[in-house]
Amino acid sequence: MKVSDLVEKYGLKVFAGQESLGKEISGGYVSDLLSDVMGHAKENEVWITLQTHQNVMAIASLKDLAAVILVKGLEPDDDTLARSREEGIPLLGTNRGTFEMAGVLFNELKSS
Amino acid sequence: MALELVFQIEGGDFSNAGKASSQIKKVLKQLNIDTRIIKRVVVAVYEAEVNVAAHAHRGQVKALFGETEVEVVVTDQGPGIENIEQAMQPGYSTASKEVREMGFGAGMGLSNIAKNTDNLHIESEVGKGTILTFRCNYS
Ligand SMILES: Nc1ncnc2c1ncn2[C@@H]1O[C@H](COP(=O)(O)OP(=O)(O)OP(=O)(O)O)[C@@H](O)[C@H]1O
Ligand SMILES: [Mg+2]
Repeated sequence: MKVSDLVEKYGLKVFAGQESLGKEISGGYVSDLLSDVMGHAKENEVWITLQTHQNVMAIASLKDLAAVILVKGLEPDDDTLARSREEGIPLLGTNRGTFEMAGVLFNELKSS
Repeated sequence: MALELVFQIEGGDFSNAGKASSQIKKVLKQLNIDTRIIKRVVVAVYEAEVNVAAHAHRGQVKALFGETEVEVVVTDQGPGIENIEQAMQPGYSTASKEVREMGFGAGMGLSNIAKNTDNLHIESEVGKGTILTFRCNYS
């Protein structure tokens, strides 16, 4: 499944990084602890988090993640948006909570 | 000739954390180093950068790209680490409340560095600062 498919099917908001929605999703990672993500997330995974500051995009770029999804309707900081554009990594949003969003992604990836 | 890169980091400045690891990643890519190795280096350098921002007053990252390995030395002026063995334990952290709210301070950084490098050496003097040296072999 591509990031764009996930966006369309589940009505995710695209805050920035529109031009990079074509990446294929290899899996997901759920954590709000940055060192945990740094140590364990893998290339082309989608990271689901409630952290909204720019270090999230720095990590997403360093780890070559496919996209970041902010949960619970949270809005990114301005410099997070700028960083998403710069790094060309989609920054997405949903009103769902972490549990539900992770469930959605898990089911999608399991069935594809 | 070996290439050397130096980056400065200010304590408390998380907006620049990731600059050194990002540049080092680019250089390693240009040198056509195995991506698995690049991933390891990136994790280690990022964690070291963030530790300077989170725990020290200021510091620098120096990366020396050799023929067979990259050597990274992170030097800071700061409180130093009293008990290095304890600091290396996953979960041990003295990070402030503000730093924790950002999602740092899980106490995983130093063990991430140890896991992803060949040869981690930490030297620290309480009240002065810390010198972290590690290498990653290209193969
Ligand atoms: N450069 C440093 N100067 C002073 N103390 C340090 C330094 N680096 C690490 N420490 C000490 O070692 C502890 C453990 O560091 P480590 O990187 O493993 O975790 P952390 O920084 O607290 O959290 P995380 O890395 O998960 O965000 C720190 O909380 C701090 O007490
Ligand atoms: Mg740390």
